[in-house]
Amino acid sequence: MAVDQSDIEKLAELARLQISHEAAAETAQSISQVLELVDQLQAADTRNVSPMAHPLDALQRLRPDTVTETDQRESLQAMAPATEDGLYLVPRVIE
Amino acid sequence: MEWETVIGLEIHVQLSTQSKIFSGASTAFGAAPNTQACAVDLAMPGTLPVANEEAFRFAVMFGLAMNAEIGKRSVFERKNYFYPDLPKGYQTTQLQEPIVGPGVIEVELAGGQTKSVRLHHAHLEEDAGKSLHEDYQGMSGIDLNRAGTPLIEIVSEPDMRSAEEAVAYLKKIHSIITYLGISDGEMSQGSMRCDANVSVRLKGDEKLGTRCEIKNINSFKFVEKAINIEAERQIDLIEDGGKVTQETRLFDAEKSETRPMRSKEVANDYRYFPCPDLLPVVLDDEYIEAIRGTLPELPDAKRDRFVNEYGLSKYDAAVLTSERITADYFESVAKASGEAKLAANWVMVDLAAFLNKSETSMTDCPVAAEQLAGLIKRIKDGTISGKIAKQVFEAMTRGDGDADTIIEKQGLKQVSDTGAIEKMVDDVLANNQAQVDNYKNADENKRPKMLGFFVGQIMKTSKGQANPQAVNEILLKKLSEQ
Repeated sequence: MAVDQSDIEKLAELARLQISHEAAAETAQSISQVLELVDQLQAADTRNVSPMAHPLDALQRLRPDTVTETDQRESLQAMAPATEDGLYLVPRVIE
Repeated sequence: MEWETVIGLEIHVQLSTQSKIFSGASTAFGAAPNTQACAVDLAMPGTLPVANEEAFRFAVMFGLAMNAEIGKRSVFERKNYFYPDLPKGYQTTQLQEPIVGPGVIEVELAGGQTKSVRLHHAHLEEDAGKSLHEDYQGMSGIDLNRAGTPLIEIVSEPDMRSAEEAVAYLKKIHSIITYLGISDGEMSQGSMRCDANVSVRLKGDEKLGTRCEIKNINSFKFVEKAINIEAERQIDLIEDGGKVTQETRLFDAEKSETRPMRSKEVANDYRYFPCPDLLPVVLDDEYIEAIRGTLPELPDAKRDRFVNEYGLSKYDAAVLTSERITADYFESVAKASGEAKLAANWVMVDLAAFLNKSETSMTDCPVAAEQLAGLIKRIKDGTISGKIAKQVFEAMTRGDGDADTIIEKQGLKQVSDTGAIEKMVDDVLANNQAQVDNYKNADENKRPKMLGFFVGQIMKTSKGQANPQAVNEILLKKLSEQ
């Protein structure tokens, strides 16, 4: 399976990434190479193999429902580029 | 052409755990922005999720209440999309192996009919934060307090055929989650949110039409409205020769319309894959059966018990049990007064009308169950008539005390003293000789109707306090003697 420049541009839009035409063409090529490798894997017969949810053969441990975190807003917001009224500010997004 | 609307609902329910699904931050409602958003919720590098046991317990309770299959093994997956209120760049959710599998519930419709709605599945996931688009220096403000709050998303099959059916189903789910106590179900606070998948087809068609997903519906009333508006839009579109495009639309209650949510809709590709940070969760039979043992009496069981124990009609019992708080209230009134049918009437008619009119919720009901029971006892023992009882009830809603106090203070005691009533009857007859003559000359079969005039006059004289039964008897006797 190969991808072309337009596939890359669509993916970039979904991922909110800016990418130039030239870079998209290049990326399409290198990703196509990766996909060739995946194609080889696809050739393996997996009919009797159940899908793996996790490489570790272990089960999730659950934690009790208690509040263990205290308010760290001040120190966490010190790392943010912009805040106001306790909110994190980001480039405007309107749907 | 006759059209049919086909509806499936996706209901998001916030689980009332103390802490978040993958972090130990608090989930309390109404805190100052970002004071309950810890490093895990903010997706700081190096943080890892640890799943909350209570969220699983609640989800299993829900599954058992819905007679659904329980996913003994469930797996979290990542649903990838980019939006600033989702700091990780993916929502941790379930897809292939959800915690609750297929099930079916019965929903009561108006007029006593029932309808089966199939549950496709329900899964556990995390809520996102909130974006505020007011002007913050031309930017959007993000509050991540809600990010990571546990949700179950309840997905129905497209089994509903009208907005009314969809509302009835939604109310049933609301009733079940609040009976279970796994959520407060407050739609106004976003604890329960609903997206509706709506399509239309010609009646009799097998194939489903193209559907639109309507988001942002935050009350029972709006669910009905949004579905009807959307179905109408689709029908108009098709009848004008157009085609419905599959898209996500936003319901705007103010403008009474739905409109496309994303201007440049690119088919979303969520690229789901199992979350490497979380291992599969396996629950054993012993755990599930222990939870089954803790389930409270559910709405259907309570309804059937009310029918058997209190002799209520199935419809009345269903209305009274749709909310646990109302059911408990009714049962207290019925027990304390010993008059189940009167209790049911008062709760469903007078109390409901008062709450509705004053926009009061049952939680803030100013009339305690014992007070209403006290009032019913006084109706039953003849101290007051049903009409005066309404006056006493009104005084109760204003906080004037219990029935006996109000009756005493306002002098509302019913007059059953025959001597006093005889005097009133005599006076009324003497003052209305013309009507008495008319009555006497009238046909036998016309008389009962004419009697109303005299009864009205007498009740007026007694300020409504004369015992109506006694008035009738004495009046008939006196008229025959005339």
